[in-house]
Amino acid sequence: MITLENVHKKYSNDVAIGPVSISIPAGGITALVGPNGAGKSTLLTMVGRLMGIDEGTISISGFDVASTASKDLAKIVSILRQENHFVTRLTVRQLVGFGRFPHSKGRLSAADELIVSRSIDFLDLGALEARYLDELSGGQRQRAYVAMVLAQDTEYVLLDEPLNNLDMAHSVQMMAHLRRAAEELGRTIVIVLHDINFAGHYADHICAVKHGKVVEFGTPAEIMRDDVLTRVFETPVTVIDGPRGPLAVYY
Amino acid sequence: MSTTALRAASKGRLFEPKLIIGIVVVAVLLVISLFTGVYDIFGAQDGGEMFAITRIPRTIALVLAGAAMAMSGLVMQLLTQNRFVEPTTTGTTEWAGLGLLLVMIVNPGADLLTKMTFAILAAFIGTMVFFLFLRRVSLKASLTVPIVGIMLGSVVGAISTFIALQTDMLQSLGIWFAGSFTSILRGQYEVLWIVAIVAVAIFLVADRFTVAGLGEEIATNVGLNYKQVMFLGTGLIAIATGVVTVVVGNLPFLGLIVPNIVSMFRGDDLRGNLPWVVLLGVGIVTVCDLVGRTIIMPFEVPVSLILGVLGAVVFIALLLRQRRNG
Repeated sequence: MITLENVHKKYSNDVAIGPVSISIPAGGITALVGPNGAGKSTLLTMVGRLMGIDEGTISISGFDVASTASKDLAKIVSILRQENHFVTRLTVRQLVGFGRFPHSKGRLSAADELIVSRSIDFLDLGALEARYLDELSGGQRQRAYVAMVLAQDTEYVLLDEPLNNLDMAHSVQMMAHLRRAAEELGRTIVIVLHDINFAGHYADHICAVKHGKVVEFGTPAEIMRDDVLTRVFETPVTVIDGPRGPLAVYY
Repeated sequence: MSTTALRAASKGRLFEPKLIIGIVVVAVLLVISLFTGVYDIFGAQDGGEMFAITRIPRTIALVLAGAAMAMSGLVMQLLTQNRFVEPTTTGTTEWAGLGLLLVMIVNPGADLLTKMTFAILAAFIGTMVFFLFLRRVSLKASLTVPIVGIMLGSVVGAISTFIALQTDMLQSLGIWFAGSFTSILRGQYEVLWIVAIVAVAIFLVADRFTVAGLGEEIATNVGLNYKQVMFLGTGLIAIATGVVTVVVGNLPFLGLIVPNIVSMFRGDDLRGNLPWVVLLGVGIVTVCDLVGRTIIMPFEVPVSLILGVLGAVVFIALLLRQRRNG
């Protein structure tokens, strides 16, 4: 379980996050949604200890993020931010291998190699494993980074907009991979999503963020409603019964 | 997909046949270097003595200085995530020179160790200033970084020149600016062996530097103490650059050319690349030194001149290549 208690972060006089108090249950996929600039990514970054908080506490399965050593946290939680534009010339396999760093400190054992192979296969990167990252398309690279984070073998996986730069087919594939990671590998995945319909279809819980505060938290059935979505996104939203579940129409 | 056990390991073997060929080629170059020079070491009566006093030290210095600058460039490029960065495009060398100059003014009779310590300290401070500046403005855009670095270096270099002018040290500064192996003699170069310790240290923490090269967020994600690694890297770069600056002088572009060529062929995994970077660094500096020694025989051209010409060409080629790749 990820617990945020009275979390505060102040940027300037008018921009602030919090106070946020929320519990994200272990298991399944929790999607963070909300309008631009609501603070979704910031919240995720703070949970993943990449950014400090001013007040309050964040704990991940009982470990206080602020006081637990970073190298120990790396075995419990992994976080992937949106892709940075500098691309190191590592092969896919080398990159995924560095996901084992918290466990192996760089010296990969046979067991590490096996986990690396499994992660690569899990994201269908087997054929690309010897390629350099700068020879891949944006979508393939995105998958390689996700494979790295999965190889880290942490119970909690935080992903910041992993569908960015992905086309329709690859977005669906990525979500299917994450769904499988949650179900087959038992990971708890917290993910920032832009498209409410992806959240509605693939997530187990949806957490709506607005003006730096959590305004709604519930199952897709509870969140995928006209009044709730209209209030969160401040634009008229109608939820219709699609062929594969509820569908938010906002145009 | 059941062949996982048979798949190649993530890291290649360190010693491959190609590396052995490379070692042989560089060894041949070093032997040529040993027997190149005006003095007739076979005919003259004190030939053997001269060989031991000048030729052997010079060749060892080539190996150590070449390796030091190439490794410094590599580590710097990983830490800044920028391919155009190396000690002479970030002002590190100029800072080391300023440190050296200040020691020579305050204490003209300072021994080598004192000079070196101050050069290393100045190089460390200067590199830190540059890294902190990069963090503050979060400039990752490729070309702005070396431009800022070169500007910073020029400012520091100008201050050095001014101080040198005021204190009648301009000639010493000029000699330093033109890095050369001409004056390497027995008894004056041995501190360069410190570079070998730096090489071992870099090899031991190689993976940390590679992870740092993936960016602060990914490095932190896998539990790396990013700031500590930056500090350690800066320290090692400062030591290597400082020592080379004091003993040999300015060796421009070496740290830029070598890691880029190696990266093109072998990627960015530091541990596996380190032997290649060392080898190529030694090879290039030896070739440039040989050219410098023979081109206007019986006189010599400073090796920094040859390196500067070669480096400028490679630098431009890299720029064009990057533009093509978008």
